[in-house]
Amino acid sequence: MMNQPNTYMDGPDEDGHFGLFGGRYVAETLMPLILEVERAYNEAKDDEAFQTELRGYLKNYVGRPSPLYFAERLTNKLATDSGGARIYFKREDLNHTGAHKVNNCMGQILLARKMGKNRVIAETGAGMHGVATATVCALFDIPCTIYMGTTDIERQSPNVSRMKMLGAEIIPVTSGTGTLKDAMNDALRDWVANVETTYYLIGTVAGPHPYPAMVRDFQSVIGEETRAQIMEHEGRLPDSLIACIGGGSNAMGLFFPFLDDEVRIIAVEASGEGIETGKHAASLNAGAPGVLHGNRTYLLQNEDGQITDAHSVSAGLDYPGIGPEHAWLHDIGRAEYVSITDKEAIDAFHICTRLEGILPALESAHAIAHVIKIAGDLPKDHIMVLNMSGRGDKDMDSVAAYLERNK
Amino acid sequence: MTGTERIAKRFADLKAEGRAGLVTFITAGDPNFDVSSSILKQLPAAGADIIELGMPFSDPMADGPAIQASSQRALNKGASMIKTLDMVREFRKSDADTPIILMGYFNPIYIYGVEKFTAAASEAGVDGFIIVDLPPEEAEMRAPVENAGLSFIYLTAPTTDDARLPTVVEHASGFIYYVSVTGITGTKSAATQDIETALKRLRRHSDLPIAVGFGIKTPEQAAEIGKYAEAVVVGSAFVNKVTENLDKNGNPKDGCADAVLGLVRDIAGGLKSGSPATV
Ligand SMILES: Cc1ncc(COP(=O)(O)O)c(C=O)c1O
Repeated sequence: MMNQPNTYMDGPDEDGHFGLFGGRYVAETLMPLILEVERAYNEAKDDEAFQTELRGYLKNYVGRPSPLYFAERLTNKLATDSGGARIYFKREDLNHTGAHKVNNCMGQILLARKMGKNRVIAETGAGMHGVATATVCALFDIPCTIYMGTTDIERQSPNVSRMKMLGAEIIPVTSGTGTLKDAMNDALRDWVANVETTYYLIGTVAGPHPYPAMVRDFQSVIGEETRAQIMEHEGRLPDSLIACIGGGSNAMGLFFPFLDDEVRIIAVEASGEGIETGKHAASLNAGAPGVLHGNRTYLLQNEDGQITDAHSVSAGLDYPGIGPEHAWLHDIGRAEYVSITDKEAIDAFHICTRLEGILPALESAHAIAHVIKIAGDLPKDHIMVLNMSGRGDKDMDSVAAYLERNK
Repeated sequence: MTGTERIAKRFADLKAEGRAGLVTFITAGDPNFDVSSSILKQLPAAGADIIELGMPFSDPMADGPAIQASSQRALNKGASMIKTLDMVREFRKSDADTPIILMGYFNPIYIYGVEKFTAAASEAGVDGFIIVDLPPEEAEMRAPVENAGLSFIYLTAPTTDDARLPTVVEHASGFIYYVSVTGITGTKSAATQDIETALKRLRRHSDLPIAVGFGIKTPEQAAEIGKYAEAVVVGSAFVNKVTENLDKNGNPKDGCADAVLGLVRDIAGGLKSGSPATV
């Protein structure tokens, strides 16, 4: 293990590196624009007017702060004679558009406007980022094009209709497995061809610098609110935090403000049908460092450096990479990266729905499944905060189809 | 002779002949190893002055549908970094003069090991590299490539402005590749006028020869752009010839190689009839 830094919160360096990871691995055509996004973002970060405007939209439009809810029935259900953590849900599912994604979209759309861009593109997997992007584009009257893999279009059809209703153009992506990675490839190709006019609104803490840091910063409102809210509920910081990982934005948003505290941090990857089957999306648990989509990070790949297909029942986790800051937190041992299978996630989806009356997104259900695994073994005074990253209305068809296939 | 010297000699010869050179791109292993290798060997006789050999990658982000499909075909037929180098080694048995530039994306090289790959490529007879997703800011291949006497060829684009050009050309070697359109390979073409203006700007920053690529498909376009550049790069048009000559199972029909080479001859002919580069 490497030397432990004094703080975990000062990354990335000025070239966008978190240790070995991150960077700006893009074609020259994009480089000038990426530097421009970085300049604009650095300005916005310290611009009180920008931050005030963003806070206003988050409060009055998105509906922040999102509640921190004590999940009492789940807590009681998982309690044993000797133990059982107190489980809180950070309710990002209650945001406008139904997931954490909108926090980032709100920030980036204000940036795109500031930069004078008059067209927005985005990639989407589960469709939540696409919906959030289409939403803020409707709000600010900016034409919007969403790239979405054909596999995902099929399994997240309610979100496809929502995006269209909001006025977005959906471009189906057929290459690869028709999932998030392929959508990101095509969004990058669009961007290269339309750099002058177009802003690429990346939906997670991946891509070339400054995106991983910028998206993390916009999502950190989750962790900042959680700090204040848990003090109100419990009078102290939590003992552990837990979140699911696709690219890693809801997780980074919850974790970042706690990185320098004595808080256990657990991130949950999707192991699909099981890591041993090869059909999974567990880049940290089963991948190796490599370069894709503008950054160095852990990737699912073969011995020739070809990227291999990810698999997860959850479209939002079905990605063969992970944000570079997570790769770094993994390597220095600051966070734990575990994995949950399709089946465990579907079971957790049902348990949460029946016990709490909260229908979680299949992505979030991965985090719930891990809570179900470990909560009983933790002491009674252990406080755990789970990021309920989104709601599961979009997943009705997927869950039904899964149950049908696995009867 | 080092790779960088081989490239310099080729450009010196072209200058002496008073014409612009033809840089041909094909994907290594498309439509399969044998046909690809056979095309490669015959490229110089058909009129290629410099060869760009594409290293297939699963996620070629800067490429259009033609080269994406060609990369995938090659991978489906078992292409790999090792086989790409085998192909170069084969080629060098019969040709000691035509520069070969490997073009592709960084990840397969990173996984092979940068030092190890550079050494293996040099030994196989490679002269330079174009790595699309390694801008000058990500410089980890520069030293190993320079130490091996090979060229790292940088791309410049219409978006690379005067403020940035010095950063890009500072470590350039061999030639400069001007990407004439903001876009992916195989789609639109640039106006000659814009290219002419862009090259004038580039020459204020570098004395290296310039190759212009992206969107050049016909002998006429090549001849036109050859008036202003030391070389023109044609890629998707050749790859399309492969695509047109596949049977319904994706296997090459008889004449697949000849179809590609025929177009090489046509474009080379166009260039030879054009006026010399005005340098
Ligand atoms: C509800 C929800 N949670 C989590 C994710 C995964 O993304 P990330 O890891 O960036 O939070 C998605 C992505 O689509 C999502 O829709």
